[in-house]
Amino acid sequence: MTSAIQFTFSGLTMGAIYALVAIGFVLIYNASSVVNFAQGEFVMLGGMLAVTFVGLGLPLPLACLASIALTTLVGLLLYLLAIRPAGDASVVSLIIITIGASIFIRGVAGVLLGKGIHQMPDFLTWQGLNIAGASLGSQSLLVLIGTSAIVLALWFFLARTLLGKAIVATASDRLGAQLAGISTSLVIALCFVVSAAIGAIGGLLITPIGLTSYDFGAALAVKGFTAAVLGGLGNPLGAIVGGLTLGLLEAWSAGYISSLYKDAIAFIVLLAVLVLMPNGLMGRSSVERV
Amino acid sequence: MNALSRLEPRFRILLGLAILMAALPLVIDNAFYLRIAALVYIFALATLGLNLLMGFAGLVSLGHAGFVGIGAYTMAVGPTHLGWSSWTALVAGPALAGALAWLVGRPILKLRGHYFAVATLGLGLLISMVLNNETAWTGGPDGMTVPRLSAFGWTLRGATPWYWTSAGVLLIGAWVATNLIGSPTGRALRAIHDSDTGAGVLGVNVAQYKLAVFVLSAVFAAIAGAMLALFHGHITPESAGFMRSVEFATMAVLGGLGSILGSVVGTAILVILPQALVVFHEYEHVLLGLLMMVFMIFLRAGIVPSIMTRLGRSEL
Repeated sequence: MTSAIQFTFSGLTMGAIYALVAIGFVLIYNASSVVNFAQGEFVMLGGMLAVTFVGLGLPLPLACLASIALTTLVGLLLYLLAIRPAGDASVVSLIIITIGASIFIRGVAGVLLGKGIHQMPDFLTWQGLNIAGASLGSQSLLVLIGTSAIVLALWFFLARTLLGKAIVATASDRLGAQLAGISTSLVIALCFVVSAAIGAIGGLLITPIGLTSYDFGAALAVKGFTAAVLGGLGNPLGAIVGGLTLGLLEAWSAGYISSLYKDAIAFIVLLAVLVLMPNGLMGRSSVERV
Repeated sequence: MNALSRLEPRFRILLGLAILMAALPLVIDNAFYLRIAALVYIFALATLGLNLLMGFAGLVSLGHAGFVGIGAYTMAVGPTHLGWSSWTALVAGPALAGALAWLVGRPILKLRGHYFAVATLGLGLLISMVLNNETAWTGGPDGMTVPRLSAFGWTLRGATPWYWTSAGVLLIGAWVATNLIGSPTGRALRAIHDSDTGAGVLGVNVAQYKLAVFVLSAVFAAIAGAMLALFHGHITPESAGFMRSVEFATMAVLGGLGSILGSVVGTAILVILPQALVVFHEYEHVLLGLLMMVFMIFLRAGIVPSIMTRLGRSEL
């Protein structure tokens, strides 16, 4: 029982990060139909920049803020310099552009921030909770709380603010939104900014638990994209469900079946889900994007 | 009317490709460059198969390196562990990949767009995980040695024999693809690309055609994989990894979706570019990413179709 709870805790922690990456995918995808494979690099940048700033002697909170700000800037530049000039390029061409961007960002990070593996101490000195013999470290708690806070803030932003409603309007019908006087290119830029910030925060939160290095984004992009599709691409709630499901599946299969094949089992379940529910766990069958 | 103008335009491309292949060794009389050219032809075969799937059936596969891996590892595992001759393995690998594509294709081809892409991504990752983890059979991350192919006391090795072998196989592949595109099957596939529903209404068996092109693309990939294994004499799971799958998709899109010549051009660029960029050492990835973005932004329809449009020709 103790180990079951332990696996669940670690699954939820990793799943929360996958969910954050997946939300980033969904935000950008809904507003612009772009599948942004550079999403994982935002997470990498969040962690790597913070580590670098702390190394330069900045206090942790300041380092975190600077890292989020810089990553957000990278997100904005990605849109302005790579996505917007491509205009009406096909969906596949846009995917290749974002893959190119992710290789580029990884390359620059490797040159500027170094290719070593980096570590960061837990944010809090408190050890964390002990529930029925299973420990939930303070950093894992921070991940879960941070993710919940981001999700709530995002919900509030999308549902309750004018700017957020402009995003929802653009996602539902770009031409209609333009006719209603919404600057859709501003909205899409905003989505890149928000996605980059969310990714950076995820990277900050997870770095003390795992390690980070300049090439850590690609694997996360794959997992996050998988989570987004598992939940039903385009559905923010689905992204969260997909991310947590993927995290739990991995942790349970690593614990009970084989740690070598933990990813394999997650992907077998993914294939099964897609075959049985071709629009993901929470996708609407009537809506056909792409 | 001369003979050239009587030739159908699509076969002129094949002829041009053959002439280029024949002429290239005259210009680059250097074993290192010949080996790179052979590598381009081998990879181009896999890209060509993927391009049929992406450009004609409109399905993006992010797991195609998995099929390359099946072809490659059959060349290694068959002779080493099962006592097969290399020739048996050469046939068995592509057959195995085709059978797997057929088996998996039936359920996953129902998926559309990004859902299909993720399903193939999952499939590719599964294959590369098996190759990485089943160390007793595959040698794990270190990979394994591949026995050379030989017949009648002659062994296929060296830059020049490999250049002509890979060029010949690619030409055959391009000929198959050209015929397929021009056949009623090709027209049906193009109709599917434009609209699944529309093609279905006109009596095209959408599911069957998609399955056929998926199997064909897997077989092309596995043949390329088998050749890659024989060419290097050694194979690692990296050749079946996700990044390789992404590279194949990039090669197809970069060269031009649905374009046979584009498959070769896109592959050539992505194989040669990293070799050339090695000079820049640390900045290799920075430049590679940058060039990928620049190419796709300015030649968004792919290199070959974009150039053809500019030259005022639409058909290629």
